Amino acid sequence: MTVVDQAKNAAEFLNDRTHEEHLDRLMWMLRTRRDEAASRVAEWEQLRDLASAIKEHTLSNLAHYLEMFESRAQANGVTVHWAQDAHEHNQIVYQLLSDRKVDLLIKSKSMLTEECDTRPFLETRGIRVCETDLGERIQQLDDEPPSHIVGPAWHKTTQDVANLFARVYGSDKEKADAVYLAGVMRKNTRPLIEQAKAGMTGANFAVAETGAVVTVTNEGNADLSGNVPELRICSVGLEKIIPKNEHLAVFIRLLTRSATGNSITQYTSHFRAPRQNGEMHIILVDNGRSSRLGMEKFWRSLKCIRCAACMNTCPVYRRSGGLSYGATYMGPIGIIMMPTFDVRRYSELPFSSTLNGSCSNVCPVKIDIHEQIYGWREVMEEKHQIKFLKKEAMIVAGKVLSDPRLYRIAASSAEPSLKLLPRFAIYNHLNAWGWHRDIPQPAKETFHDWYRKHRSEGAGQEIGS
Amino acid sequence: MNNSGVLVSQESHRHSLRSKVALMIPCYIDVFYPHVGVATLELLEKLKVDVVYPFDQTCCGQPMANSGCFEEAQATEELFIRNFSAFDYIVTPSGSCTHHLRHKFTAAPDSPERRKVSASVYDLVEFLHDVLQIREFPWAKFQHNVALHTSCSAMRGLGLASMSERVHDPKFSKPKNLLEHIPGIQFVDFERPDECCGFGGTFSVTEEAVAAKMGYDKLEFIGKSGADYIVSSDMSCLMHLQGCAHRLGTDVKFLHIAQILNGAAQ
Repeated sequence: MTVVDQAKNAAEFLNDRTHEEHLDRLMWMLRTRRDEAASRVAEWEQLRDLASAIKEHTLSNLAHYLEMFESRAQANGVTVHWAQDAHEHNQIVYQLLSDRKVDLLIKSKSMLTEECDTRPFLETRGIRVCETDLGERIQQLDDEPPSHIVGPAWHKTTQDVANLFARVYGSDKEKADAVYLAGVMRKNTRPLIEQAKAGMTGANFAVAETGAVVTVTNEGNADLSGNVPELRICSVGLEKIIPKNEHLAVFIRLLTRSATGNSITQYTSHFRAPRQNGEMHIILVDNGRSSRLGMEKFWRSLKCIRCAACMNTCPVYRRSGGLSYGATYMGPIGIIMMPTFDVRRYSELPFSSTLNGSCSNVCPVKIDIHEQIYGWREVMEEKHQIKFLKKEAMIVAGKVLSDPRLYRIAASSAEPSLKLLPRFAIYNHLNAWGWHRDIPQPAKETFHDWYRKHRSEGAGQEIGS
Repeated sequence: MNNSGVLVSQESHRHSLRSKVALMIPCYIDVFYPHVGVATLELLEKLKVDVVYPFDQTCCGQPMANSGCFEEAQATEELFIRNFSAFDYIVTPSGSCTHHLRHKFTAAPDSPERRKVSASVYDLVEFLHDVLQIREFPWAKFQHNVALHTSCSAMRGLGLASMSERVHDPKFSKPKNLLEHIPGIQFVDFERPDECCGFGGTFSVTEEAVAAKMGYDKLEFIGKSGADYIVSSDMSCLMHLQGCAHRLGTDVKFLHIAQILNGAAQ
């Protein structure tokens, strides 16, 4: 796979002012609402500490809790499957469906199934898949991946959706009205929900002591997907386990407030057993998680509860759009997760950050996101994934900056273009700084030279000149 | 004021600080903004700090380390240790370099000298605010509206100011504490005051389109506030914002905090 050039994709996104401003404002509004919601919870920081500690404890005893979950779920009448990777997961889903001659599957939003490319896997094998989350359905109809893990279509304006529905459903594209468009979707999707013989969901949490899975949604579509058809399949990443029901009290309080600023979603649904005369299958999916758990610097990214607060606050994400990352998980959390899936393809992502640290400070489970981004840069260097020009520039910079004589020659050079800083800061594409900004002009005299002239007595030793 | 809120007299520090203090001038200030280095030096001299400028200094190593190139940063960091480890305090007018030296200075092998450098380095604002505990700069006045920009390294990295993400933390700003008694100075409020300006070191080049848009947005928010000056303790943010402002034809002016505290004649 080719390397994702996030910077180039972001530059293209920025050419479209309407969408860039739409996304930036919407995301910033969510960040502001998150701040307001957090400020109404006096113990917010203690909750973050607690959530982090519960996740770290669970991840440190993961096998124990997974086995507990499996046995409790089985006792509830649920069939539990284990999938080592995306292919195994998809194969299990396909087998369950084809054995029961299911040709239409309804699905609620699940980033795990995005990660596994489950939908195309099933569709190429003749099974129709209908997303039931409004945003996810919009993206499906537009043949685009989600651009945000909470709001898959948040990069689209209402008019974009009106245009899309007009094209797909023949609705009135002049009516760029959310209520009208939701009605169009409802009319076209409800019949599929009623016809489908199988439903699929992800899970926000899987509770070890009860064997239940919990979904947190606003549209109720997970409840439809989970309850209407006879066959219910639930895909769960290994890291979604929490030990006890009481721990939900911590996470539920943090999740929605962090995501949208709401105190709670419309639906927090607990699925424990198959419905009457139905079947319930839970697939526990590894897909790289246990190897990430073994990474000393990076395992804490498994604490993520997918609230996307890090994306909403990220000044780079808001001005790049989620699709620019070319990844299932985007924004700051995506930067530290995606290289564990494919280090080459996502080798540039760790550089799509200013390391400003806002993400780590909104994260409800206290993942040190920006520190991990910094850490991934080092990994990319070790794995020889740094772009040639940048690497060359750093070698030159490292030589010049470690040698006072060379540094003084470069810094004091009369020719501005030979000045040190433009070369190491801007390396080979000297003009990149200047595309949207004026290049700073070197002063006639460096501080060093000024100091020698005005304060030379009593100054430190000099070997530089 | 010290932590208990007591204003400590400047006089006591003039006599109490008998330590060896080194001045570290970041490479980009050396080359592009030497007057900021001069203002820092003069200010420390006015405060009777006996400050030494080690002549063989170059850079803290951050450009290479931030790019993941630790091997390339090693010799530069070793040179830094040779130049600075003998001092009790290393003072630099840069939150960003201070953050690197204090928290990310790991390219050179671990040694007592390396640890001493990390423990001794202070951003100028911290040094004035926390070590010298000075709040009055009687030679300074500044009759202008100021938009104060605190870099992410200084704010979230060093804790020089509270951040908007931590909604329950007490609100404070050490740069503002230093500036607020200067006659004439007016602070303006602006939208998203602690959003990153988009500099981000090599990010400003590798992701230039996003970096520039972040800078443009910052200038737009500040532009609505009526600020005459954008003031920061980090010249690297200002270098980026100034480049954006020149391109946009914005007439806002830029000053490093050291220039105001040193009594910049405006």
